[in-house]
Amino acid sequence: MPEAKRPVLEVRNLSVTLPTGADRVHAVEKVSFTVAPGEIVCLVGESGSGKSVIAFTIMGLLAKALKPSSGEILLEGENILAADESRLRELRCTRMSMIFQEPMTALNPVMTCGLQIDEVLATHTKLDAAQRKAKIIAILDRVKLPEPERIYASYPHQLSGGQRQRIMIAMALVLDPVLLIADEPTTALDVTTQAEILKLIAELQEGQGTGVLFITHDFGVVAEIAHRVAVLRWGELVEMGPTEKILSRPEHAYTKMLISSVPSIHPAHRGVRKDGPTVLRTEKLGKTYSGNAFFQKARVVKAAVDVDLDIRRGETLGIVGESGSGKSTVARCIARLIDPTDGKIFLGDTEIATMSAGKLRPHRRRVQIVFQDPYRSMNPRITVGDSIIEGPMNFGLKRDEAMARARKLMETVRLDPNSLDRYPHQFSGGQRQRICIARALAMEPELLIADEAVSALDVSVQKQVLELLDEIRVRLNLAVLFITHDLRVAAQICDYVAVMSKGHVVEYGSAEQVFGAPKDDYTKALFAAAPGRNWEFGKFATA
Amino acid sequence: MLDFIIRRLIAIIPVLTVVAVFVFLMLRLTPGDPAAVIAGDNATSDQIADIRTKLGLDEPIWTQFVIWISNILQGNFGESFFFKKTVAELIAQRVEPTLALAICTLVIAVTVAVPMGVLAAYRHGSLLDRIVMGFSVLGFSVPVFVIGYCLIYVFAIELGWLPVQGYIRIGVSFWGFLERMILPSITLAVIFVALIARMTRASVLEVLNEDYIRTARAKGLSNRVELMRHALRNAAVPILTVIGLGIAGLIGGAVVTESVYGLPGLGRLTVEAVLSRDFPTIQTVILLFSVVYVVINLLIDISYTLFDPRIRY
Amino acid sequence: MSAITPEEIVDSASISAASTKRKSLWALAIRNTAVIFGGAILLVMLVIAILAPFLGTVDPTRIDPAARNKKPGTEITFRLDDGQTAKRTVIMGTDSLGRDVYSRVLYGTRVSLMIGVSVAVVSIAIGLVIGLVSGYVRWADGIIMRIMDGLMAIPGILLAIALVSIWRAGLITVIFAIVVPDVPRVVRLVRSVVLSVREEPYVEGAISVGTPTWTLMFRHILPNTVAPLIVQGTFIAAAAIIAEAILSFLGIGIPPEIPSWGNIMAEGRTLFRVFPHNIFFPGVFLALTVLAINIMGDGLRDTLDPKMSKKV
Repeated sequence: MPEAKRPVLEVRNLSVTLPTGADRVHAVEKVSFTVAPGEIVCLVGESGSGKSVIAFTIMGLLAKALKPSSGEILLEGENILAADESRLRELRCTRMSMIFQEPMTALNPVMTCGLQIDEVLATHTKLDAAQRKAKIIAILDRVKLPEPERIYASYPHQLSGGQRQRIMIAMALVLDPVLLIADEPTTALDVTTQAEILKLIAELQEGQGTGVLFITHDFGVVAEIAHRVAVLRWGELVEMGPTEKILSRPEHAYTKMLISSVPSIHPAHRGVRKDGPTVLRTEKLGKTYSGNAFFQKARVVKAAVDVDLDIRRGETLGIVGESGSGKSTVARCIARLIDPTDGKIFLGDTEIATMSAGKLRPHRRRVQIVFQDPYRSMNPRITVGDSIIEGPMNFGLKRDEAMARARKLMETVRLDPNSLDRYPHQFSGGQRQRICIARALAMEPELLIADEAVSALDVSVQKQVLELLDEIRVRLNLAVLFITHDLRVAAQICDYVAVMSKGHVVEYGSAEQVFGAPKDDYTKALFAAAPGRNWEFGKFATA
Repeated sequence: MLDFIIRRLIAIIPVLTVVAVFVFLMLRLTPGDPAAVIAGDNATSDQIADIRTKLGLDEPIWTQFVIWISNILQGNFGESFFFKKTVAELIAQRVEPTLALAICTLVIAVTVAVPMGVLAAYRHGSLLDRIVMGFSVLGFSVPVFVIGYCLIYVFAIELGWLPVQGYIRIGVSFWGFLERMILPSITLAVIFVALIARMTRASVLEVLNEDYIRTARAKGLSNRVELMRHALRNAAVPILTVIGLGIAGLIGGAVVTESVYGLPGLGRLTVEAVLSRDFPTIQTVILLFSVVYVVINLLIDISYTLFDPRIRY
Repeated sequence: MSAITPEEIVDSASISAASTKRKSLWALAIRNTAVIFGGAILLVMLVIAILAPFLGTVDPTRIDPAARNKKPGTEITFRLDDGQTAKRTVIMGTDSLGRDVYSRVLYGTRVSLMIGVSVAVVSIAIGLVIGLVSGYVRWADGIIMRIMDGLMAIPGILLAIALVSIWRAGLITVIFAIVVPDVPRVVRLVRSVVLSVREEPYVEGAISVGTPTWTLMFRHILPNTVAPLIVQGTFIAAAAIIAEAILSFLGIGIPPEIPSWGNIMAEGRTLFRVFPHNIFFPGVFLALTVLAINIMGDGLRDTLDPKMSKKV
């Protein structure tokens, strides 16, 4: 085999043991794959698939509780699983580097960015201070950070998430390692920033011939960046092959299920009706936060400005936007979890924006909300049954009547009615989200708000919950307000879409209209940034 | 920066106001005639009448407060009828031993405790860690005067290395001063060491779990020196905070330590004043200690900005 | 939809693992070695306190001029009420009034434990109410917290000394003098729990199903304060026992005839050089008791409230 084609990374039969008492024996079991120079290999899988464990094992950064039990990891032919700690330190950042998911916390907050990169050079090279500085400025320039001199002297908190991830990339690549491990490096970033970072990684590795091991759960990102894909499930490698083959002609049933769970970015034809009565209408709704603490400069943040929306019965309106766009603020104002500062909210004919807490209480029933985090949405100390019947009992229903309703609703959300006496921690994330939906439905609401309700779920679970939501909307003829940052999800579930940016609604129309022919520049940029937008997932070639 | 300091300064006004109101009301809450209480047990009715007019005790309570606070702000803390001196004079005489004790204690405590805490965190779970933690719990549990008497018994009575009690002014004899400062400072430092070592350990441990420490390891930095460099500076703010809050304990401990070692400081003065029900002195001492405590914590607040660039001014 | 979703498979495995996790929190605390160790010592102290009259003690307040300042282990002759005499060995010696130190120390256990428990209970009760109001009623919050900040600016022991000096010494006044400086700390703790739990989605969920404020408070918020308050309570009790000892030692605590450890030590101060036992024996009992409470508190904190370990 010619020297140039030798893989930079070869993982053979790797197993990592979980501590005793875990729900399975191995975090990773007999996994083998290679990464060639200049190649991007994606490890893709749902939570608990062991993909991050593999990455940390290679770097030698595993938590002490996890132990590699068999196999080899060859970095340019050297078995680093057998290497001692000092050899691993030599290799880190010189031959192999890693970037992490959370750019906000991955940098030391009390050190300037320049010095943090300088540490790498001071540890691994004999360059003098001036040479190091020159090299750092050069790499900052290469990762396309503006004004490298200023960035050099900046502290992490002075930079945006995307900029911090660029610093991490600069740090990782400053010594031209042969292998870059990227552990969900764009998951915490907004979609437009994500697109830029993905582009940057691809450019840099192509230029230097770096092998990249890219860990992700997002098939959009896979389609965008990967040369080859390895699919993992419960620590085992299910299927591996070139990206195009895996995405279009997967062989394993799990891979097929996973890929077909990815929502399409083209809106489904849902047949928009315009005949239902209006359930909710907002008029110039606004929320301004002003820091009025004593003796401090008043800081005014306009989280939402002049938002006009309306939703009719049986319709789903989606609000999409990046973080900080104000989409959740609008939802929380409508649910009156926070008080709007401007404008009106009409629930049917009732104006509730300025209603006092006491007068509002009877109207609370009419709007219900499902939150993002399934692990914090229910009181861990009371049974799910008690959680579900709490609302109806607040409105005068007898306990056994409410319980009967709860049992019926558990069936509606496809859970066992006999599990009502269990506690939330005995359910998985997806199941809890169903219970939250049941709790909301128990109030027989007119409007159901889903605030990023499927964002924390794995893609296959997400698909089930989305289907359930849509089915319930049809059956109960509900109005649904669906808040999401995920364009694919919005395309599949919404009849109408409002795109928000910096507190304003920049585009508002039917899903087909907004997705098919966006007019606003921001909307266009947003759609252009969606990873894997050119790929139609789940349309498998029948081979 | 200046703006930040001014804002912090303004922020302590309400705190000190509450303290002042409390100290003022203290006297009015005592049963009996405040004038008689202030004058002490051996006062003549003339003296009492004199105090009554001076403090405006026949005026409404608001006016009384205004008279009282404006006197205080002008440095007029009243007169101690028990000691037959103005309170200001009395305090000026007693400041030195307390200040010396506090400074010696702080120096000892910080130099011992911070390395102890860092080592314990670094060797988390080891025997050393357990010893440090064990010592720390013990330090919290033994009252300062018991520690004091144990030390006196061993080093002054049994071994005879150091004098048992007493104080010599630093200006009179430096060695005499130092000799008599060693045991009291160590006594008072014990609980402080326990507190700071514990906090240092906890915050270094927490920092060691942060993502940026993982990043530092991924850079190939060696465990010891470099990681500690990353960890310590990040752990500095909580450590400083606990030192600042510990000043309250230090003041309380000084009252006891001075009594044990017979140091003629402010703490001893407090006890003497309480025993003789000398209210003007009690009020002033409490006010003074509270102001010192608040100001030290203000300074610590401001010093955070040196350690953590995220704290905005 | 396929027959078996990956979610359901993971569930069956994780349900059993997860279900043991929550309920065993208290069980875990009881099994913690620190809790057992501290609890055992405390239990011994409690037994001593209850059984003090039956452990070979005499009246701890009984003055006997004939038996003044005896060293531990001395045999003394003492006069009974009916005029007869008897011999007994004073295990811990006698003080300068001839009172039996052993009896005083054992009875002192009662005083100290009583003070520790009552200060913890009273300050938590007061602090809980004020803290809930502060966390809940927005307009009251500012005022309450300013007052609490002010109280906290006065060093605790000094505040207690000042209060005792106003109220004149007595058991109840000493307890309240120690309670007052502790209250702001409990208020802050409760308030911070209330403010953070209020932000939890499950509380917002309860608000949006129209749950009345009182139910919200008692059902969803208050239970979260139990674990941190128990932990805080142990530390308050430990500190209160020391505070009482300090006040009594300085001669401004509970009346000197009441046998408390602090009083015994205060009495022994003057003759310390010759008769150190008057300070050592109660000192050891005091340190042991406080140590036991602190060890137990540490154990409880580690198991019940791991997040709090930062707050010393």
